[in-house]
Amino acid sequence: MNFITPDFMPVLPEIFVLTMACVVLIIDLYLKDENRGVIYLLVLATLVGAAGLTLFVHTPESVTTFNGTFIKDTMSDVLKVFIYLVSGVVFLYSRDYLIERKIFKGEYFALGLFAVLGMMVLVSANNMITIFLGLELMSLALYAMVAFQRDDKNAVEAAMKYFVLGAIASGLLLYGMSIIYGMTGTLDIAEIGTKVSEMPSDNIVLLFGVVFILVGLAFKLGAVPFHMWIPDVYHGAPTAVTLFIATAPKIAAFGMLMRLLVDGLGSLQAHWQEMLVALAVMSIIFGNVIAIAQTNIKRMLAYSTISHVGFLLLGIIAAGANGYSSAMFYIIVYTLMGLGGFGMIILMSRSGFEADELDDLKGLAKRSPWFASMMILIMLSMAGIPPLIGFFAKLAVLQAVIDAGYIWLAVLAVLFSVVGAYYYLRVVWYMVFEEPKETAPIKASFDVQVVMSINGLGMLALGLFPASLIAMCAAAFG
Amino acid sequence: MKLVYLGVVLAPLIGSIIAGVFGKVIGRSGAHWAATLGVAISFVLSLITFNHVVLGGAPVFDETIYTWMVSDGFSFEVGFLVDNLTAMMMLVVTFVSLMVHIYTIGYMHDDPGYQRFFSYISLFTFSMLMLVMANNFLQLFFGWEAVGLVSYLLIGFWYKKETAIFANMKAFLVNRVGDFGFLLGIAAVLMYFGSLNYAEVFADAPSVANLTMEIIPGVEWNVMTVTCILLFIGAMGKSAQVPLHVWLPDSMEGPTPISALIHAATMVTAGIFMVARMSPMYELSVTALSVVLVIGAITALFMGFLGIIQNDIKRVVAYSTLSQLGYMTVALGASAYAAGLFHLMTHAFFKALLFLAAGSVIIAMHHEQDIRKMGGLKKYMPITYWCMMIGSLALIGFPGFSGFFSKDAIIEGVHASQIPGASFAYVCLVLGVFVTAFYSFRMFFLVFHGKERMDKHTKEHLHESPKVVTIPLILLAIPSIFIGLFAIGPLLFGDFFAKEIFVLPEHDVLAKIGESYTGVLGFMLHGMMTLPFWMALGGVLSAWFLYLKRPDLPAQIKQRFQFIYNILDKNYGFDIFNNAFFAAGSRGLGRLLWRKGDEKGIDGFMVNGSARAIGWISVRVRNLQTGYLYHYAFAMIVGLMLLLSWYLPW
Repeated sequence: MNFITPDFMPVLPEIFVLTMACVVLIIDLYLKDENRGVIYLLVLATLVGAAGLTLFVHTPESVTTFNGTFIKDTMSDVLKVFIYLVSGVVFLYSRDYLIERKIFKGEYFALGLFAVLGMMVLVSANNMITIFLGLELMSLALYAMVAFQRDDKNAVEAAMKYFVLGAIASGLLLYGMSIIYGMTGTLDIAEIGTKVSEMPSDNIVLLFGVVFILVGLAFKLGAVPFHMWIPDVYHGAPTAVTLFIATAPKIAAFGMLMRLLVDGLGSLQAHWQEMLVALAVMSIIFGNVIAIAQTNIKRMLAYSTISHVGFLLLGIIAAGANGYSSAMFYIIVYTLMGLGGFGMIILMSRSGFEADELDDLKGLAKRSPWFASMMILIMLSMAGIPPLIGFFAKLAVLQAVIDAGYIWLAVLAVLFSVVGAYYYLRVVWYMVFEEPKETAPIKASFDVQVVMSINGLGMLALGLFPASLIAMCAAAFG
Repeated sequence: MKLVYLGVVLAPLIGSIIAGVFGKVIGRSGAHWAATLGVAISFVLSLITFNHVVLGGAPVFDETIYTWMVSDGFSFEVGFLVDNLTAMMMLVVTFVSLMVHIYTIGYMHDDPGYQRFFSYISLFTFSMLMLVMANNFLQLFFGWEAVGLVSYLLIGFWYKKETAIFANMKAFLVNRVGDFGFLLGIAAVLMYFGSLNYAEVFADAPSVANLTMEIIPGVEWNVMTVTCILLFIGAMGKSAQVPLHVWLPDSMEGPTPISALIHAATMVTAGIFMVARMSPMYELSVTALSVVLVIGAITALFMGFLGIIQNDIKRVVAYSTLSQLGYMTVALGASAYAAGLFHLMTHAFFKALLFLAAGSVIIAMHHEQDIRKMGGLKKYMPITYWCMMIGSLALIGFPGFSGFFSKDAIIEGVHASQIPGASFAYVCLVLGVFVTAFYSFRMFFLVFHGKERMDKHTKEHLHESPKVVTIPLILLAIPSIFIGLFAIGPLLFGDFFAKEIFVLPEHDVLAKIGESYTGVLGFMLHGMMTLPFWMALGGVLSAWFLYLKRPDLPAQIKQRFQFIYNILDKNYGFDIFNNAFFAAGSRGLGRLLWRKGDEKGIDGFMVNGSARAIGWISVRVRNLQTGYLYHYAFAMIVGLMLLLSWYLPW
């Protein structure tokens, strides 16, 4: 058998992150507790370096390597850059939170980097094995991160639930993959695509395979009825980890969905479209309605995530370059908003006090007017109020779904985003019109303040100038 | 040049943000420096633009700066159109604004809202520039609404004053009526032209001219007429034409610099500018032109009458503004767009001058605005006196002063016009000249001459205003005298507006006058022999006779013609009618809808009902989230089964 050396260039960012994750683990062994900051800086440097490498190896045309198991195209590059960006900000927001809770450990960052690596593999996978590899690498790291505060009962419970349910979902996904493999005899996404298109589209075995894969994907994204883990995990995990789970992995899950459903099973679109419609409708309704009854912000944002996933699915349902790019635009915008929302909770919490109840937001406008206005921008953007970026994200998917002929879906989505506006605006109400329980302004280090301000003002700035981000997403499906 | 244009617009915006957001940090002088510097930069860049475009003869700049979004094939853009018309407007706006900024430093010296004020007026300058530099209807609308907003904020600047709040509410509501028409007009443009870009719309105009639309079944209307009239309704609101004029006199509740900048020199002329800009559309509808002409003529004369009975120094000037806006509108209706714009420019200078001079008087009088309590101020305030004199002479159109050229051109233009209603307009305008001269000099004589009627305390403190106040006066006085002399040739009879304004040959009244135009001197000599000049002279003499020679007569006349006085005092009943009919009517309707429709139907049943239902469902469904792992796993499996069963061959 001939062994051909694969082309390493397209995989350069992955190799770099892997190496650095190992370096972090080793250096950590030799560091005293007070020097842990080195690791933090090293991780941020890694993300910046990976971003540089990704831009460096970027080419407009797609490249495959490792015998076609790995693909690098515009979509994967854009998604990766946002994964780095979001993860970097997550680490930055988390730093003080971790230090105060005495879990500012090297392992946290090493696990974080491995999760990032998993996400990178996931969005660049062109083979079902690679997809599973990336997915598990990401998930395992995340399970461990949720349980990071070992003596916290809630966190351990959350980790347990996450792990068991995640394992079930992985099992279902794997089962679906094996059915598809059995039918087509190949694991290569592109080849599956051609093989499947040659088969009759009502082949029941093939369809069962699609259902299992879809369930696995729906679990990762958190679409109803595979969403049950989301509120409990978001609530139980340390806020710093919640922030991470709620943002970057969603981008990766979007990438996985595009590879499996669109690239691999594109010819069965008519079938998975129907199922996605059902999932999207349920997600938008359940997410928005249940969020209203929440008194805990983390849970409220968890349900709001579910409704946002419903919107994301609308873009996929619309299909075509327009629909996919609108979905990609939506997921990126959602992660930026999620960063701000969860980031604000981290900002307000102190050691021993989580600040994750709605009551804790009371009178924030009097305590820290600047942060309160940032939070207002983020909430209004999530609610989809123009001219903030959240509005354009909703507009894009709604337009795509209307163009695809699902007018009733668009009407329903708009109606329920009105319901959703209620709980976002309630946050604003609490901040502005309620009397604060305490008057001390929020303390935050300078870099966090700056990034938080950029995060909040970014909602407005991107809303006024959305063209470049939209163009970037459109380029991925040009 | 693109950068220069961006700079013109952004410099005041940045100044406004600095003064507004960081006002407390940088203090009072920091705020006025930031704002004034921003506008000064803008003015200098406008000069450069004027030099480049008008004197340098550069080609018209028409480019999109930023595409905000594209929806359904319509693109919404920010773009600049810089031609001679824009360059002229930019220069006028930034110059007057700069003068007002400097003046404000003195006028608002002790006001607690100092920083806020500077932030607002800089924001206004930004908005107005966006309006005049727009190359599409969307941006025009943005500027239109933004100047309206700032105007609202500034009329109510002293927000603790009851009357100011009432006035700004009134201005806002009345403008809403106009803006509604304007918005419908823009919608009509989008519907029939499929574009919002000026150049594209104007190019398409001839092909749309003969289309008709049916709003009421069976009645066909010409599309162009409907569109133009709708747009003009917007102009009526902003430029205060009858019957949407009612807000302007009340807007004098705002600080005087605002009255000068917004409610006299710039914002209120936005409507005039807009119609002139749209000349390729208006030219195609004689009906629309005729409507414009008649509305303008009514405003010009009947608002002038109201000026005669006012006793508040600012209100006299305000009514004169209304009447002068009527003159400009008439010019538009007569297709003498260039004359309207010419008057817009000269009026901006001399009216700003009059307002600021009035403000100077008000400072000296310790914020007393009643002209019956003034008199003989000439010897105390010589600079203000002479500036006011220049402003008034320009206003009444005394030969040689700037207002003479523009006003005479309008009157001559209307005289030559064949548009239906032109002869009515001509009579109104000529009578208007007499009225203008009368009330202007009535105020002038009452304030500066005659007996000193103020109380002792005020009298002891009378003195000329500080330099920050008088210097802008002097700087404004210069163009008030001379700008007409220089501008009349190129503006009216040259090719200054050749590319910007489109006039059908059969409407081109200015060309007709131009045939006999031989030069400035000839125009002046000719002006002295025509009726308007003698009307103006008559007005001044009557004012002199009634208020200086026989000051006892006005009271007797008032007694004799009590009936007419009452009509004028009640503003022809517009306010009463609006209050009784529109305000009370809409309040009644509102109460009805509120009690019956809102509280019971929408709030009770739909909003609270559905909110209660959703809340109820929400709490119930929430219980599904039990926290038990096996429940969750079960839900997943059920979901899987449902999806699988979907595909089972039943």
